Amino acid sequence: MTQVHKRHAALVALLIGGAALAGCGKPKATAETKDGGPFASTYAPLPSTPTLITHATVLTGTGARLDDASVLLVDGKVAAIGSDVAAPAGATVIDAKGRFVTPGIIDVHSHLGVYASPGTNASSDGNEATNAVTAEVWAEHSLWPQDPQFATASAGGITAMQILPGSANLIGGRGVTVKNVPSRTAQGMKFPGAKHGLKMACGENPKRVYGDKSGPSTRMGNVAGYRAAWIKARNYKAKLDKAAKGQGDAPDRDLAMETLAGVLSGDIIVHNHCYRADEMAQMIDIAKEFDYRIGTFHHAVESYKVADLLKQHDICSAMWADWWGFKMEAYDGVRENVALVDAAGACAIVHSDSAVGTQRLNQEAAKAMASGNRIGLGIKPEHAIAWITANAAKALGVLDKTGTLEAGKDADVVLWSSDPFSVYAKADLVFVDGAVIWDRADRTRQPVSDFMLGILGGREVQP
Amino acid sequence: MSRSELIRGALALVATVVVGAASAANPTYAIVHAKAHTIAKGTLEDATIVIKDGRIAAIGKGLAAPAGAEIIDAAGRPVTPGLFDAFGAIGVLEVELEDSTVDRGNGDPRYSAAFAVADAFNPRSPKVAITRIEGVTRALVAPVDGDGDGVQSVIVGQAATIHLGLGEALVLDPSAALVVEYGESGKGLAGGARSAALLQLKEALDDARDYARNKGDFDMNARRAYSRTRLDLEALQPVLRRELPVIVQADRASDITKVLEFGKAQNLRLVIAGGAEAWMVADELAKAGVPVIVDVIQNLPGSFESLGSTLENAGRLQKAGVKVTFATEDVGNPRNVKQLAGNAVSYGMDYDAALAGLTKVPAEIYGMKGYGTLEVGMDADVVVWSGDPLEVTSYADAVFIKGDKIPMTSRQTQLRDRYKDLGKQPWPPAYRR
Repeated sequence: MTQVHKRHAALVALLIGGAALAGCGKPKATAETKDGGPFASTYAPLPSTPTLITHATVLTGTGARLDDASVLLVDGKVAAIGSDVAAPAGATVIDAKGRFVTPGIIDVHSHLGVYASPGTNASSDGNEATNAVTAEVWAEHSLWPQDPQFATASAGGITAMQILPGSANLIGGRGVTVKNVPSRTAQGMKFPGAKHGLKMACGENPKRVYGDKSGPSTRMGNVAGYRAAWIKARNYKAKLDKAAKGQGDAPDRDLAMETLAGVLSGDIIVHNHCYRADEMAQMIDIAKEFDYRIGTFHHAVESYKVADLLKQHDICSAMWADWWGFKMEAYDGVRENVALVDAAGACAIVHSDSAVGTQRLNQEAAKAMASGNRIGLGIKPEHAIAWITANAAKALGVLDKTGTLEAGKDADVVLWSSDPFSVYAKADLVFVDGAVIWDRADRTRQPVSDFMLGILGGREVQP
Repeated sequence: MSRSELIRGALALVATVVVGAASAANPTYAIVHAKAHTIAKGTLEDATIVIKDGRIAAIGKGLAAPAGAEIIDAAGRPVTPGLFDAFGAIGVLEVELEDSTVDRGNGDPRYSAAFAVADAFNPRSPKVAITRIEGVTRALVAPVDGDGDGVQSVIVGQAATIHLGLGEALVLDPSAALVVEYGESGKGLAGGARSAALLQLKEALDDARDYARNKGDFDMNARRAYSRTRLDLEALQPVLRRELPVIVQADRASDITKVLEFGKAQNLRLVIAGGAEAWMVADELAKAGVPVIVDVIQNLPGSFESLGSTLENAGRLQKAGVKVTFATEDVGNPRNVKQLAGNAVSYGMDYDAALAGLTKVPAEIYGMKGYGTLEVGMDADVVVWSGDPLEVTSYADAVFIKGDKIPMTSRQTQLRDRYKDLGKQPWPPAYRR
C-alpha cells in the first residue's frame, strides 16, 4: 500500500521531460466545457433483464436497514424496494435469504487506468509532473480502459469511481467519474452527466516534486501558487462573463483557465488532497478569497481535529480507515478519524487511493465503524454504508443518480454473500444500471481485460 | 462467529476483578470463560488461562482461578496467542518518506550479511504501543536494500525477532534470518540481470565456505580475494550450517523454482517472501518444505513478475501442504496482519491454519522458543478479542505480553482522546493530556 506511494513518487521523479505545448492558432473561448462538450460520454448501459432480489437484508444507503426485503431492478433503474414487491413477467428472481444488498460501492479516489497494472514506466500516466499547475490536463486522456484493475475492482463491488490525476502538482488537472463497466474507450465508461473534478494537492507532495526544480519548495510557496492561479482564473472568467454580455472580446481559449473558470462557475468540483488540519483551514480561506467551493478533502488524515470546521463549510472528508505514518503529514492518523468526522455531523467518506484497497472498501468501512464503536459511538452498518455509497455519490455530484437504493435511481447494486461489514463477505453479483457486470458464480460474467488474455501461458487467473 | 455472538461479546466488557490480594510487582492473572484457540491442541470452550511469572501457568476447561489472581472474564470471547508480523520494520522505520527516520537499508557495499537491523532497533518507537494494543505481540524486523548507487548486494542483511512488551529489552534474536532479494528487485541490485543475482549469491556462499576452511591463511593474507568482507563471511557461517533461515524475496513462479533449485544445491534453509505466484509451484514448495510469507491482498498483476497474483494464493499453498505466514507491504500497519489472514480464509485457507500462520508458523520459521501456542510453560503472549480475531470488526480487548498486562494506550489513542470532544472546552487541545 505505501509501496504504491513510493512507486508513484519514484515514477514522478522520472518525468522530467517537458510537455510539448501546441501553440498554433488561438481560438476564442466561449463557455466552460460541460457534458456534451469534447470527449463526451458514449456510455450506454449493458444488456439487462428485469431482476427481483428477494428475502435480502437491504442497507439502502439512506440510513435504513430492511430485513427480508425485495429489490426490483427494471430497465436499468431501481423500480421498487420493500417487503411486498411482485416480480414482473419474465423477471429473474434471486432468493437472497441470508444475503445483503447495498448500493453499488463508489470510490471517490482512484487512479485505475492512469496508474495501471502492471506498473511499468510506459503506463505511468497519472502525474503531469512538468509544472506545479497543470489545470489543463484531464485524467481521462490518460485512462487505459484495458487496465486489469477495473475487473478486480468490480469483484469488490465497485460500480463507480472517480479517476484523478496524481498529487505531484498544486493543481493537477481534471478527474473523471466513470461507471465500472468494461469498455474499449474511456468515453465508454464516463458517467453520463457527472461533473468533472479538479485535483488539487496540499502539503508535501508538490514541495517534494518541485522543491529542487522550479518550486514551490515550501508550504507558503504552495499557497502562493494556488492564489496566483486563481487570480488568473478570475480575470479570465471576468473577461468571459463580459464578452457574454457583449462587453468586449472573449479571451483566447486557454485549457487551464477553462478548467479553473469551470470551478468558479460551479461546474467542476474541487477535490483537494490535504492531510493536515491546519492546511485544510488555509485552503478554506483560499476558497473564500476566490469565491469557490471545496467539495472534498482527500486523504484527510487530520479531519478529526477540525471536524467542526468541515461541518460548518459543508466539506466532505475522504479518508482511509487506518493508513498513517508513511509521511510526516500522515503521522497523526488515528483509527477513529472516519467515525469522529461522522459523529461531528460532517460528511465522511472511506476512499482507497489504491487498486488493492478499492477491492475491499467494505472491509475498510467496517474497520472504521468498529473503531468508532470501540469508543462508544454506536455506529450501525446501515449508517456506515453511506461512507462508501451515498456520501461518496454526494462528493461526486451524482447522488441524484446513484449511491442509494431508492426508486428511480440507477440500478447500481451489490448482492453480498453475507454482511458486507465482514471479512468473509464477497460480492456475489454486481449490477451497473441493472446489468450484471460481475457474477462470482459465472465466469462468463467476469470481465477479463485484453492484457490478461493468455498472459500466463494460457492459465487463467482469478482475482 | 455470528453477529449475535459478536454483540454479546461486545456487551460483556472486560470485567476485571481482583480476588484477594495479589503481589503488585508480579501479579497473577486468570482469564476465565475463554474460547481458547490453543493452536497446539484445538479450541477449548469455557477455558481458564492462568498467567504467572511471565508464562502460562495453567490452561484448561473450567479450571478454578488461583487465589489472589486478577480475573479477566472473557465471557466466551476468543483468546489466542499474540499475533506475529512476519516481515516488518517496527523500531527501524518511523516515517517511510523521511530518510532520517529510516534505518533499514545499508548503502555501504562493504557490509551485507553482517548488516543487522537489530543494532539500530529503537524500543521506544511509538509504533510498538500502536501495534501491540491491536494484538500483535511479536515481529520480525527485516532489512531491505539500501537504495544505493551502482551494483549492490542482493544479500541485504540480518533480520531480528522482537516482542512488543514492556521495557526496553525487546530484541529476542538479533540474528533470526538472512534476507536476500531476488526477482526484479534482486536483478536491479545485481546490475540488471537475475542470473547475476544468483552468481553473486553463489560466490558469497562459496567464499564463506572457503573462508571457514582457510581462516589461518586468510589472516595471513595468503588466500585468494573474496567477494565479501571478513564480517560478512563470518555472518554467513550459520547460513551454511542451516542454523539461519534465508528469506528470499521472489514473486514469479519461475523465480521461485530457480531459488528452490539453488537452495537445494547450496543446502540452505529457505523461506520465500512475497511469493505472488507461489501457488503455481505449490507442490515444489511443499516437497522442499519451504514456507511462504504472503501479503494476501496483493492480488494485482502489478508487475511482470506477479501476473499470476490471486487472492487464493494462501489457500492454495496451504492446501498443497505449504506453511504460510503473513506480512503486509504496508510497513506502518502490521496490525492488519489479522485482516490478511481473514481474507486468506475467505479465499480458501483453513481457519486454523490461518491462525497458526499468525502465531505458531512464524515461531517455527524463526526458531522462536516459548511462543506461538497457548500451552503451559509458554511465554504469556495472550490476547482476548472482542470477537473472531480474523474479523475486521473485532479488536483486542486485553493484551498480555510475556505475562505483562499491556496498557491499552498509544500515541494514537492519546491524539484521539485529545480531539474527540471538539469545542467543548475553552482551552486549546494542547492543554489536554
